Amino acid sequence: MANASLNNSKASSPPMTTMSVLAPALGWLVPGAGHLIQKRWIRGVLLMASVVIMFVLGLLMQGHVYHANGGDILDILGFVGDVGSGGLYLLTLAQDWGHGAIAHATADYGTKYLIVAGLLNFISVADAYHIAIGKKP
Amino acid sequence: MTIELSHFSAALLFSVFASVVFGITQRNTPREQIRYGLYCFAMFFGGVFLAGWVMWFLRR
Repeated sequence: MANASLNNSKASSPPMTTMSVLAPALGWLVPGAGHLIQKRWIRGVLLMASVVIMFVLGLLMQGHVYHANGGDILDILGFVGDVGSGGLYLLTLAQDWGHGAIAHATADYGTKYLIVAGLLNFISVADAYHIAIGKKP
Repeated sequence: MTIELSHFSAALLFSVFASVVFGITQRNTPREQIRYGLYCFAMFFGGVFLAGWVMWFLRR
């Protein structure tokens, strides 16, 4: 009985392939690359353009980039959102960009753009994984 | 270099990019993806106008 249940769960689990690991990892590091590596050219380019343009606009609007922190819950959630942008976030940290200017009325929009760009990239990473395991065409 | 978008253009650009990602990731076929992307854009954009009118009435 227990063996049958174990076999069923093994049969229903998605196949672990190189692509199922590589596509999400690459997709996180370079937005859209998880689709491009699987030859979904148009989808990959559109996802890359959406996430990258949104992130760059957020920086240009003087948005605030959150760092790893253990303080306020909203700051932690902001960091989780930002880190979704992967390579863009790492580049921003390396260049010490993203010190929000509170003086600008639209700076808060910039902060939201940066967070949402990361969250959208998380969704595109999940999509790249679903393509890699054959759950989505 | 910095840019200052108006509230409206910031909301418009947000709607475009979010709709593109939602459309691609939430549906399977290209036709469904385009339809869902346009639906999301319409909902975002309609929400902007609705919120704008609600705020206008609240201000009066």
